[in-house]
Parts: sequence; structure tokens; C-alpha cells
Amino acid sequence: MTDLLWLVIALPLFGATINLLFGKRIGEPISGWLGLGFVGLAWAIAVPATLSLVSGSAHPETIYLFSWIPAVGADIAILWDPLAALMTMIVTGIGSLIHLYSIGYMRGDERYPRYFAFLNLFIASMMMLVLAANYAMMFIGWELVGLCSYLLISFWFTKPSAAAAGKKAFIVNRIGDWGFLVALMIVFASFGTFDFGAIFASGPTVITVGTATAITLLLFVGAVGKSAQIPLYIWLPDAMEGPTPVSALIHAATMVTAGVFMIARSAVLFEMAPVTGAVVAIVGTATALLAALIAIAQTDIKKVLAYSTISQLGYMVLGVGVGAYTAGVFHLTTHAFFKALLFLGAGSVIHAMADEQDMRNMGGLAKKMPITFITMGAAWLAISGMFPFSGFWSKDEILGATFARGGGFVVLWLIGLLVALLTAFYMTRLFVMTFMGKARWSEDVHPHESPASMTIPLVVLGFFTVSAGFVNTPVRLAFEHFLETSFEGVPHIEGLSFGLFSALAGVTLVVATAGIVWGWHKYSRAELPAEDGTFWQRSRAAFGVDDFYGRTIVAPGRKASEWAAETMDTKVLDGTAHGVGSGIRGLGDVLARFQTGQVRGYAGGVAVAGVVLIVVFLVVGGGI
Amino acid sequence: MTITITWFLLLAAALFSIGVAGVLIRRNALVMFMSIELMLNAVNLTFVAVSNELGLIEGQVAALFVMVVAAAEVTIGLAIIVAVFRTRSSANVDELAEMKG
Repeated sequence: MTDLLWLVIALPLFGATINLLFGKRIGEPISGWLGLGFVGLAWAIAVPATLSLVSGSAHPETIYLFSWIPAVGADIAILWDPLAALMTMIVTGIGSLIHLYSIGYMRGDERYPRYFAFLNLFIASMMMLVLAANYAMMFIGWELVGLCSYLLISFWFTKPSAAAAGKKAFIVNRIGDWGFLVALMIVFASFGTFDFGAIFASGPTVITVGTATAITLLLFVGAVGKSAQIPLYIWLPDAMEGPTPVSALIHAATMVTAGVFMIARSAVLFEMAPVTGAVVAIVGTATALLAALIAIAQTDIKKVLAYSTISQLGYMVLGVGVGAYTAGVFHLTTHAFFKALLFLGAGSVIHAMADEQDMRNMGGLAKKMPITFITMGAAWLAISGMFPFSGFWSKDEILGATFARGGGFVVLWLIGLLVALLTAFYMTRLFVMTFMGKARWSEDVHPHESPASMTIPLVVLGFFTVSAGFVNTPVRLAFEHFLETSFEGVPHIEGLSFGLFSALAGVTLVVATAGIVWGWHKYSRAELPAEDGTFWQRSRAAFGVDDFYGRTIVAPGRKASEWAAETMDTKVLDGTAHGVGSGIRGLGDVLARFQTGQVRGYAGGVAVAGVVLIVVFLVVGGGI
Repeated sequence: MTITITWFLLLAAALFSIGVAGVLIRRNALVMFMSIELMLNAVNLTFVAVSNELGLIEGQVAALFVMVVAAAEVTIGLAIIVAVFRTRSSANVDELAEMKG
């Protein structure tokens, strides 16, 4: 069954090619269905291979496809293990649903086929990233998803803000990619190969702790860029300029989790470097807190979700930072479902409100769009960490693992709890402002439930949002067991006792409930609260981080460019070129005087030169 | 009195010097041309004399070769001079200084 796995990458790539070349001729909506078909087929191919891994009838294997750069041990090969299978299911499964959703959402767009070409290309790139059997191939996928992200953020490039957001995402990601690339160079210098199997098998014996720390810190720089952590998170809120299904698929469910996936994949190396682990955990916690504080005051529904994505990514990073790789990947999985659902629900709302994104102009939509209301309600409870929704289990596992590390990590656990409170609060704020209370939209807007192609994905995602958590509960650790073979050689974290775990879960549950009650109480009044305190204003302005970067990095960068363009280019470079030119011209003027045009003069020169030569030869030859 | 190679070489040197002087001094292109021919033939004389002295055939080959080249050169050179004379009614090389830099 694994023989066909290469098609999981090839089919979406083929779909992208067809839509790129013939999209205009195929037209709407066939090109959309075509895109969905290729991704769905990829999913269908991966399902049996995944099931046989789940049932235990098949073992992880590396499927060799063809040789790429033999000198560095970089083949095009697929590492098919539980972690890869899980990511394949998430990417192709949610990817298919979002293709289906997009068929309705993008209706009437001028560049409809192009959109599906990019979306298919993204699926192919992401599959390349997660199925890679070596760092080189992973890096190619890593870069390609960045490209797709850029293409799709600035899909509506005639809008200047969208074009700028695409550029910002691409450039900020380049900083992270730099770290990843340097890490790969050190990996190759230390191991002489990029192959995962060889590196992870020989890891602890070949490199020192110092080298491992360098490699993992640089890998983490890559993850910081891709997974939007402090200080490189600033691109993700702007990425919301793209179409909403893109935000759901790329900037919430899949691509931004690539950093977490990469850390989990490199778990053996990260385990060797405890310093990196602490850095990762602290950065993750700080990101979770900062993003939650910003999310509170946003009024744009997509901005709230964007910051909440950053915050949840912070949780995942905290999870892998404390060595709870399974917990991090588990939260990645449940988050993929409920955050995709939240974005698609938000898209449905925006669609219904005729492109209105400001929550202050919504309210009372529950009756108008019941399916969106119910499914988003499930996602709201899941991300808030309500029992028994999926977010409760995964978030709790990360917090539990952090607490279990003891020492300074208890502080991180406390901050994590605070973030849980804030999360419940701002998600309740979003939910109530959108669906509850009285309608605040103007007379000429007529909200309506979205078409079936948009509500079906909502319902499917809603089902998983409710149920996905049950695959890994303290009484039944099926998910952890499934992933075990992917984390071979990684020390297993001792689980908390059931009693302690329950107590901690109780604490988080109380905190989450408090957040919900607080939010509900504050926002379900007839009038919206003013939100004009100092904290609210600062939070709404995202604490001025963008301005700060603008002043400290962008402005000097612009100055340097201007200097290069005006002083360096016009004076130094052009000056050199002009100087050489006029020097040669002067030399030519001097030499031109010898060209008299007098034939007899030339002949005299030849005669004199001949005499001189004869004399020289006679002298040198010793004739005189 | 035997005529040794020295005589031939002295004669050739004299002829060559006359040729050089002609090229440098005379202004008429046709005369300059004749002087060049004189130089060529002085060289030919040297070739043949030395060839005979050393018993080598190469010198005579070179002399024949020079004659062939000189014949070709005369043809083209005279053609140019005729063309120049037709356009300017003069063969004075001092007036032909259009190529001054």
C-alpha cells in the first residue's frame, strides 16, 4: 500500500500544473472540483497506509523513490512513520475540506482556477515537507510552502495591503529560513549526511552537546519564523489579508505548525540539548501570553483568530520545548480541527455579512446562520478548553507535562494557566459579539446561511472538534501509543499520576470556566462595553511591536538602501565606471597624435626601428 | 680576383639602403613603390647568395616566394595608386593624410 504513497505528493502537483496551464479554459467551477479531486484522491491513497500503521500490521519504513544529490545522502524518499502519517491525514483531510469550502467561497473570483492551482501546489509542498526522509528534501518543502503562503496571502494583489502582507510574510520567513539553512550546514558538517535515519541513529555518539545545542537553536530559529513565535510572529496577523479558507488551511491548521512538526521530527537532537529545550519552552510561553493579550482587544474577527493561532502555536512550542513531543503534536492535531473550523466559520460569517469583518457591526447572527452558529460554538468551547471538547485534552496534556518538569517550569505552567483564562475570555468575546445579543448590522445587509459546499466542511470539522480529544485521554493513551515508533530513542516523560493529572485538569477547567463566565457577563449586555482604557488601547495597537520593528529595523534598512542607491551607486560605482572611461579616452587622445597620416613618417619609423633592432640583436648576440 | 660572397652582400646592402632612402625621401607614390621593389630584390639577392654559399636550397625557394608575393603586391599597389591618381590627379603621398588621428 505504501508503493502508491508518492502519488500523495505527485497528484496535487499534477492538479496544480493542470490548473496553471489550462485553468482558464477549464473555467469555474470545474477547476475547483478538479483541485478537490486530486487532493481527495491523495487523501484516499494515504488512508489505507495510515490504517495499517494504526492497526500495527505495518511498520514504519523508508520508501526510496530516486536519487537526488547522492553526495550529501539526499534522496527523494518518503519516511512513512506514524508522525508523517498523522500529518498526512491532517493536511490532505483538512485540505480536502477546505478545497470543498473554497469552491463555494471563491465563487465569482476572477482568478478562480489560479486559486486552486496555488492551493494544490501548497498541498503538494506540505506533503513533501512532512513525508521527507532527509533534511534536504524537508527544506525544499519548507521553502515551497513559504512560496505558496506568499502567493495566497497576496492573492488579491491589487489591494496594496494584501501585496504588502504577502511580502512581509515572505521576508520575515526568510529570517527563519536562514537559521534552518545554517543548522543544515552544521548537520552536514557533523554527520556527513542529511538522512534522518542515519542522523537520529548516530546522533548522541557523533556530536557533542555544544554542537547539538547550536544545531537545535538554529533549527528553532527556523521554527520561530514558520510557526510565528516571538520575535518573528508579526507576519501572521497581516497574513489574514488572504482569502479566509487560505487563512484556515495555511495560516492556522497546517503550514504554521510545520515548525512544531520539524522540532518533533528532530526530537532526538533536541533531547540532547536541554538548554535549547528551555529556550523553546520560554519562547513558546511568552508568545502564548503576548498573543493572547493582543487578541483580547481586536475587533476584526480574523485578527482575533490570527492572534489566537499565534497563542495556540505558543502552547505547542511550549509542549515540544518541555520534551512532551506527543502532547505538542496532539495539540497540533486538535488545533488543526478547531482552528480550521473557527476560520471557516468566520469566513461563513464574513460571507453572510457581505465582507464585513468588524465584530462591532455583527451580533445576533445565531438565528440567521444556525449551522455556522452551532459548529463554531463547538470550536469556541474546544479552544477555551472546555471538557470534553478536544482542546481540553490536548491543552491539559501540555500544561500537565510542563508542571511535571517542576522547578522553574512551574512558572511557565502558571503563565500557561493565565493564557488559558485569557483564551476562554477572548473567544467568548468573539462568540458573543458575533452571534449573541442584538443585531448591530445596518439595514441593507441581509445575513444568510452559507451554501452546502461551505457548511459540509463546517459539520465534518465540528465532529472532529468534539471528538478528536478522546484518542488521547489519561485512561486511554491511544494517540501516544501510536506515535511511539516516531519518538524512538527519545526519553519518555513519566506521566503524572491519575490523581494529580485530574487535579491539574480541574484547575484548568475552573480557570477556563471563569474566563467564559467573565467574557459572557461582560459582553452579553445590551450595549457593548467601551473598551477604552489604556490597556485596551495598547492591546488594540498590538503593543506597538510593528511600529517598534518599523523604527528599529525597517527604517534603518530603508536608510541603508537609500544610501546604497544614491551615494554608493551614483557616486562610488558610477564614479568608478566614468573615471575608467575618461582615463581611457585621455590615453587615446595622447596616442592619436602618433597617427599623423604621413606615410613617409611611418616608413621612417619602421626604418629606425629596424636599425635599432639590428643593433640590439648584435649587442645581445655578442657580435660587437 | 675571385668574387666572394662579401661582394654580393655589400651590393645587396647598398641596393637595400638606396631603396630605404628612396622610400623616405621621394614624395611620388610611384617612385616610392619602385624603391620598395628595389629593397625586395636586394633581399632576394642576399637569399640567393647565402643559399649558394651554404649549399642550401631553402634560400632559393625563399627568393622565388618573394618574387611571387612581390608580383601580387605590385598588382594591388599599382591598382591603388591608379585609383588614387584618378580621384585626386596627384600621386604625392604628403597630400594623402586623411588618416591623421
